[in-house]
Amino acid sequence: MGVLSPAETEALLLSLRVAFWSVLWSLPLGVFVAWLLARCSFPGKTLLDGVVHLPLVLPPVVVGYALLLLLGRRGPLGIWLEDWLGLTVAFTWRGAAVAAAVMAFPLMVRAVRLSLDAVDPRLEAAARTLGAGRLWVFATVTLPLTAPGILTGVILAYARSLGEFGATITFVSNIPGETRTLPLAIYTLTQVPGGEAGALRLAILSAVVALLALLASELLARRIKAGLGGP
Amino acid sequence: MTLEVDVERRLGAFNIAARFVTEAGGITVLFGRSGAGKTSVVNMIAGLLRPERGRIALDGRVFYDSEHGIDLPAEHRRIGYVFQEDRLFPHQTVRRNLHYGRRFAPAGERRIEPDAVIELLGIGHLLGRRPRSLSTGEKQRVAIGRALIACPRLLLMDEPLASLDTARRGEILPYIERLRDELAMPVVYVSHAVEEVDRLADEVVVMSEGRAAAVGAVEDIMSRLDLRPLTGRYEAGAVIDCAVEDHDRRYGLTYLRFPGGRLTVPFVDLPQGAPVRVRIRARDVSVARLAPAEISILNVFKGRVVEIDGEAGPIVDLRLEVGAPPETAPLWARITARSVADLGLEPGAEVYALVKAVALDRRSLGLRQRARARD
Repeated sequence: MGVLSPAETEALLLSLRVAFWSVLWSLPLGVFVAWLLARCSFPGKTLLDGVVHLPLVLPPVVVGYALLLLLGRRGPLGIWLEDWLGLTVAFTWRGAAVAAAVMAFPLMVRAVRLSLDAVDPRLEAAARTLGAGRLWVFATVTLPLTAPGILTGVILAYARSLGEFGATITFVSNIPGETRTLPLAIYTLTQVPGGEAGALRLAILSAVVALLALLASELLARRIKAGLGGP
Repeated sequence: MTLEVDVERRLGAFNIAARFVTEAGGITVLFGRSGAGKTSVVNMIAGLLRPERGRIALDGRVFYDSEHGIDLPAEHRRIGYVFQEDRLFPHQTVRRNLHYGRRFAPAGERRIEPDAVIELLGIGHLLGRRPRSLSTGEKQRVAIGRALIACPRLLLMDEPLASLDTARRGEILPYIERLRDELAMPVVYVSHAVEEVDRLADEVVVMSEGRAAAVGAVEDIMSRLDLRPLTGRYEAGAVIDCAVEDHDRRYGLTYLRFPGGRLTVPFVDLPQGAPVRVRIRARDVSVARLAPAEISILNVFKGRVVEIDGEAGPIVDLRLEVGAPPETAPLWARITARSVADLGLEPGAEVYALVKAVALDRRSLGLRQRARARD
C-alpha cells in the first residue's frame, strides 16, 4: 500500500470491512424476507413490505437518527445488546456496518424477490413429488435458480454500503479508525483548508474499488450463468 | 394395487366430484375431453392440490381423508409424477436430475435400479448434458426416468406426449409400455387421445365435467355407445386382445387368436403365443346378411348386431358381437343408414362381419407383454 498514506489505507480497509459485514448479515435475512414476500401470504405482509422499503424513501439522516434512538447506549435494543451480548454498536465500526446494512437492505430484498418471482413454482412442485421436503426444495431448486438475483442483490448492497454516508455519520459519528469510512474521510477532507487534493485521491480510490467490484461481479455472473445451463 | 379416489373441490365455476376405485396393476387411463378435470384429479392424488372433501388411498394407505383430518404432504406420498412439460431442473445435469429423488426412497424400497431405467429409456448417452440441450422427446424420457428412479409406489403421467409431435410420440409410447411390463410399475395415465387409451389402457376411467362417468376394463368401456358423447366423437373402433397363433411365411401373414375367432393380419414378427392388441376401425368393417363366398376378404366372422347408433345421420355405427357365445368379442361396423334399411338390420339380427386384413397395420398393433392381472 505504498501509494496510500496510513490514513487512506485505514479508511479503505475500514470501508471494505464495514461493507463486507453489512452484506454478510443482510444476505440471509434479505433472502428470507424476499422469500416471505414472494411466496407467502400472511397478515401484515403489506406492512413488512413497507418497513423493508422505508430506508429507500426516508432521508438517510432520519434512518441514522432512528438507529441512534433504538441502538444507542440508552436505546432499548442498545441496552439489550450491551447487557446480553456485551456488544456496543453505537459509535463503533459495527454500528457503521448496521447502518450500511439497513440502508442497503431494500436493494437486496428487491433484487432477490424479482429473481424468486421468476423461478417456476412448477419445478418446486416436481421436486416435492420426488420426495423432497420444502427446505430441501428451497436449497436445491429455488436457491440455485435465484443465484443471479442474489448476486445482483449482493453487488447493489455492497455498493450501497461502500457509499453510505448520511445514516452512518448520524448514527456512529465520524471517528478516525473506527467509523471514518471512505465517504466520511472525503467529506472530512473537503471541510478543512487544503484538503482538496486528498479528497480527490480518495475519490479516485473509491472509483477504483467500485470498478473492481463490478468486474468481479461480472466474472461471477458469467460463471453462474454457465452453471444454470447457458444464457 | 387398489387405488381409491373420492374427491370433491370447487375450482371457480367448475366442480370436481370424482369417485372411483381401480384395481389396476397395469395402466389406468383417466380419459376425457380437455377441461373434464383429469389433471385436477391427478394433482389431488399427487398431493399438489388439496380436495375440500373426500378420501384418497393406495392399497389401504391413506393419503387424504377429510373426515380424519389426514393430508399427507406430496413429498411423503411417494407418488411419481410425469407432467405435460418435462419440468427438469435446468441447473442440474441429466444425471443429477435422474438421481434427485432417490435419496428419499427408504433403502428397503429401492427396488428399481437406476441403471436399468437408464438402459430401458435409452438415455445413457445424455447423462452429462444439461436439459436445455436435449430434444423434447429426450427431455420427456429423462423426466420419466427421474420419476422412476425415486422408486414411487405409483406413477402418474399427465398427457406426457402432449408436447411432442407425432413422430416423437411413437418414440415414447414403447417406453411407457416397457416400464409397465418390465418394471411392474402401476401407472395412472391422463389422456384425451383415444389411440393412447387403446394402446396403453388396462382400466379406463372416463371423466366428464369433473366426474368419473364410467370405470372399467378398456374393452368394455371403449365399446359402449352411451359414453361416446362424453369421450368425444373419436374414430369408432374395437379394441381386441389377441395372441399370436401361427404365421404364414409364404404369404407374409400372421394368424391371431381372439375370442371371436381367428384374425388374419399382415406378418408380425412375434413368437407364437405372444399377446397382441389390435384395433379394428369401424370403417374397415362391412356386414353381410348371408355368408359371403369367393371374396378377397380374409376375415369373415359370424355374429349379431347388438346396438345401432342412429344419431349420426346418413352414416351409422353398428356394434356387433362376433364368435360363438360365450366366446365373443365386440366389433364395430360403419355403414350407411340406407344399408341398415336395405338389409333390415336391427338389434339381434344375425350378420357376417367382413374385416379387410390390410386395415390392420403395424400402428394398430400394441405389444402386450404381460398378462393382465385382474380379479
